[in-house]
Order: sequence, then structure tokens, then C-alpha cells
Amino acid sequence: MNQDQAAELVKEVLLEIVPDADLTATDARVDLRQELELDSMDFLTLVERLSSRAGCRIDEDDYPRMATLAGSASLLAERT
Amino acid sequence: MPSLGADMTEGTLLEWLVRPGDRVDRGDIVAVVDTAKAAIEVECFETGTVEELLVQPGTVVPVGAPLAVIAAAAAEPEAGAPAGTPHARAGAHPAEHQAGPIATPLVRRLAEAGGVDLAAVHGTGPGGRITKADVQAAPHAPAGDGPSEGPAVPSPPQAESHGHPPTGPGTHPAEADGAGGRVRASPMARRIAAEAGLDLARVHGSGANGTVRAADVRAVLRAPAAPVPSTASAQEPAAPAPSPPTRAEAMRQAVGALMDRSKREIPHYYLSTTVDLAEATRWLRDRNRQLPVAERLVPAALMLKAAAVAAREVPQLNGWWTDGFTPAPAVHLGVAVALRGGGLIAPAIRDAADLPLPELMARLRDLVARARSGRLRSAETSDPSITVTSLGDQGVEAVFGVIYPPQVALVGLGKVVERPWAANGMLGVRPVVTATLSADHRASDGATGARFLSALDRLLQQPEEL
Repeated sequence: MNQDQAAELVKEVLLEIVPDADLTATDARVDLRQELELDSMDFLTLVERLSSRAGCRIDEDDYPRMATLAGSASLLAERT
Repeated sequence: MPSLGADMTEGTLLEWLVRPGDRVDRGDIVAVVDTAKAAIEVECFETGTVEELLVQPGTVVPVGAPLAVIAAAAAEPEAGAPAGTPHARAGAHPAEHQAGPIATPLVRRLAEAGGVDLAAVHGTGPGGRITKADVQAAPHAPAGDGPSEGPAVPSPPQAESHGHPPTGPGTHPAEADGAGGRVRASPMARRIAAEAGLDLARVHGSGANGTVRAADVRAVLRAPAAPVPSTASAQEPAAPAPSPPTRAEAMRQAVGALMDRSKREIPHYYLSTTVDLAEATRWLRDRNRQLPVAERLVPAALMLKAAAVAAREVPQLNGWWTDGFTPAPAVHLGVAVALRGGGLIAPAIRDAADLPLPELMARLRDLVARARSGRLRSAETSDPSITVTSLGDQGVEAVFGVIYPPQVALVGLGKVVERPWAANGMLGVRPVVTATLSADHRASDGATGARFLSALDRLLQQPEEL
């Protein structure tokens, strides 16, 4: 998976969690949890779906890197 | 119409999930009701056969009004017997909360003095409890007369039936009647559609599983060849009144009215303590490391479990204040959930103190997801016994909440932060959380509240026991 594909996957999952999110206006480097008002449960859902669809392991130690869209995408791109 | 929360005075029947002739078991979901806050799936409180639906979808009904007639389990409706005959009425019980009237001694005395038959009074308190106001509003009749017209309370469950209906209400396909059918849609989409008088069934959903998103509704409204927004008819729940308040306005009003009542009626007192989460965090980390994502626990789940167990230890804080304090039989832990687009709702995780952590975590995730998609059940909204608000996810360190009447306590959990911490004469950096308690001074004193917060602290020091 390259960076763009990974970013698309992240956006896809985010839209499932926050159906009304306008991701075109979301900066790839802002904190997703604040921007989209994700709570810890939403974040866990995000990790769970990304991990299963990308087929890679995501540990709690990786969570800080997943704070932004760009960070999540590059993590997935590295692991797959 | 059951009371689906302390702030509810009326509800709109959105759709029926059963039809006359259907067999229903206690606990089956039979209807969907819209309140100011959410669409809620209403569970049946009786086992029997649906005889008559008294309320059409789209109708606004006050709390306490009968919605349907259900014949008791043993009685099969006779073919051709018109509903409303003595036979049908005698064996019929409007869907109700409880198997028998529940009232405090004070209320019973009041009823006796006024010649009111409690069995004929609809309780609007938590869990169907009859309040002073209910008795005062009830028609005064000689005791012993059964219910005849209007709100009625069922007699204790009759013949037990363990047979299951061939098709549960949940398996019925949605009625193919447009707006009355079950359309998956985000709350924002519903609101915009309702404001524009647009039938959601006409909107193509582009979200997951065909969920209609706000953008889909806006696209239909913008399109030049868009179907003319249907004029609201009584049959269309999407547009119940000529100029109804928007969902956001209704939500603000509902929250405002309840909190206004809380601050007017409840003498709050507030306590706060800082809890060392080093042990809990370490334990969670070790546990989660070995588990797939789906089974990982979030700190919030651990703290909710601790709050539930602490509430069980200090029963003076777990219950309801109506005309006096009524302790709750179990801890139905209300969880304040912030809704996207504004407002909040605090449905309960039932029997939270008795649930193993993984189960509590699963329920929490499910509850939060359904609160946001507007699919809660009546059992979850009708009688939380104590509520927790976790604003930590939104970044604040401490929250002093406003109690949800008729509850008597509200627990506030802040953000888990690293702070310098002195222990055993040593200074270190530890994760800590500020836990607060807002409690009703009519029901308890500060010393009782203090016991709750110390219990919470102690429980969080032994996470493996939770």
C-alpha cells in the first residue's frame, strides 16, 4: 500500500465513524481527535478497522503517530 | 407512551415494528419513538398478542397514553371480535413499564387519602414509579375498580408462555410505507431532511450500508430536478408539525429544561479528588499488548467499572429522589455521550457493577455507537441510577457536572494527564485523573460522597480485581 492508498483507506474509515465529516477541509496534519471530536471509543474503532483492512498490526505504542491523517497513512504504508 | 428519560413529556411514534395479531414477548422491540433527543426503540413490557395499535406513526403522544392493546399471553384474540369489546378490554393491557404499581409509602398514603386506586395510575417516575404528581393528576375513584379508559396499568403477568413467536418483531421487514420504513440516516441528515420536509426514503444513501448522509440530503435539495419536498402529512414522521423546532433546538430545549429543573430543585454539593492511575495504566498496557484491537480496553471502561462498583458500595448515591430517596436495585450506569452536531444523551449500561470488564467495554462501545446513530432502547434511557460524564476525551482536566434529576449523583472524570506525584517521600511523574462527584444534599452528606470517591480511588489501585 502506498501513501495515497493508505490515506484513502483512513478517510474511508473516518467517514464510517463520522458520516458527516468534511474531510476535504481537514488538514492532513491536524489532530484528528480534536478536529473530528473523536472519543477514545471512536479512536479504537478507527484502529480496529484500519488494522483489519490493511492487514497489519497496530499497537498502543503506535497511537501517538496516528494522531493525524498523514501520520496514520504513513504508518499503514510502512507496515503493508 | 413510556417515559424514556426524566426530561421527556411526550414522544412521536415513528414506526410500529409489530402488527395486530403478532405474538410479542416481554423485552421485544415493538416500536420506535422519537424524543427531543433521539429515536428510541421501545421494548414491550408484556407477553401476549398485539390486538390493536392505538396510535398512528407520526402522532405526538404524551407520556402515559396507551399506544397499543396487548392481550395477555393465554388469550388468543377471537376472530371477528372487534377490539374494544368487553372481552378484548378485559384481557388487554396497554404496554407498560412494570408488572405492578411501584410507589413510595408517602405516595401510597396520599392515594389512600384521596381514594385513588394506584393500579389505575400511570407512573411517570423512573422505572414506572408513581409520583405524588401522578396521584394528584389521577381521577379519584373507589379503590378496586380496574382501569377503564385512558392510561392503565397491567395486572401481574398472567399465564407464563415460553413459546416464542414464529417471527420476532425484529425480523419483520420494514413496512413499505415510505417514511414510516426504517431508513438508515445520520442524525444530521435526519434533521436537515425534517427541516426541509423531505422524505428520507427518497434520498439515496451513499454512506456505509446505504446510510443517508447529510451531504446526500443536501444534494437532493440542491438538485434542480429534485422531487418537490413533500408537504408534511400526519403520516410522515419526518415532518410532524408545520414549523417544529429543529432537532438541535429541541435538543437544547430538552437539555436546558432538565438542567434548569436540576439546578432549581437539587441542592448540589461538590467533591473532587485526584486519583493515581499508574497501576491502572500499567495493567491496561500489559493486558492490551497481548490482545487484538477489538478486545483492547480503554481507560474510560476501567474507570466506569470502578465508578459502578463504588456506587454499589455507597447505595445512598445510587437511586432516585422523587418524594424521598429510593435506592436503585442495581447500578444502571448512565454514560453521558456527546452527540455530533451538539447536545448530549446519557443512556445506561444496565447492571454495570456486575459486568466483567470486557463485557462492559463491549456494551460501552455499542451504546455510544447507537446513541449517535439514534438507535437506543427504552430500557437504556428510562432509568439510569447514577451517571458518569467523561469529558477527558475533550481535553479538560476536571468536570463538575449537573445532576440528572431524579438521580442524586453525577460522577465527573477528566483527562488522564501526567503530573508530578509524591508518594512514599519520593517525587515521580505519574498518570493521574481528577474524579469529581456532584451529589444531592437532600439524599446524602459530604461524608457519604467522600466515601464514594475514596472507594473509586481504592478500586482503581487494583485494576485486576475490576
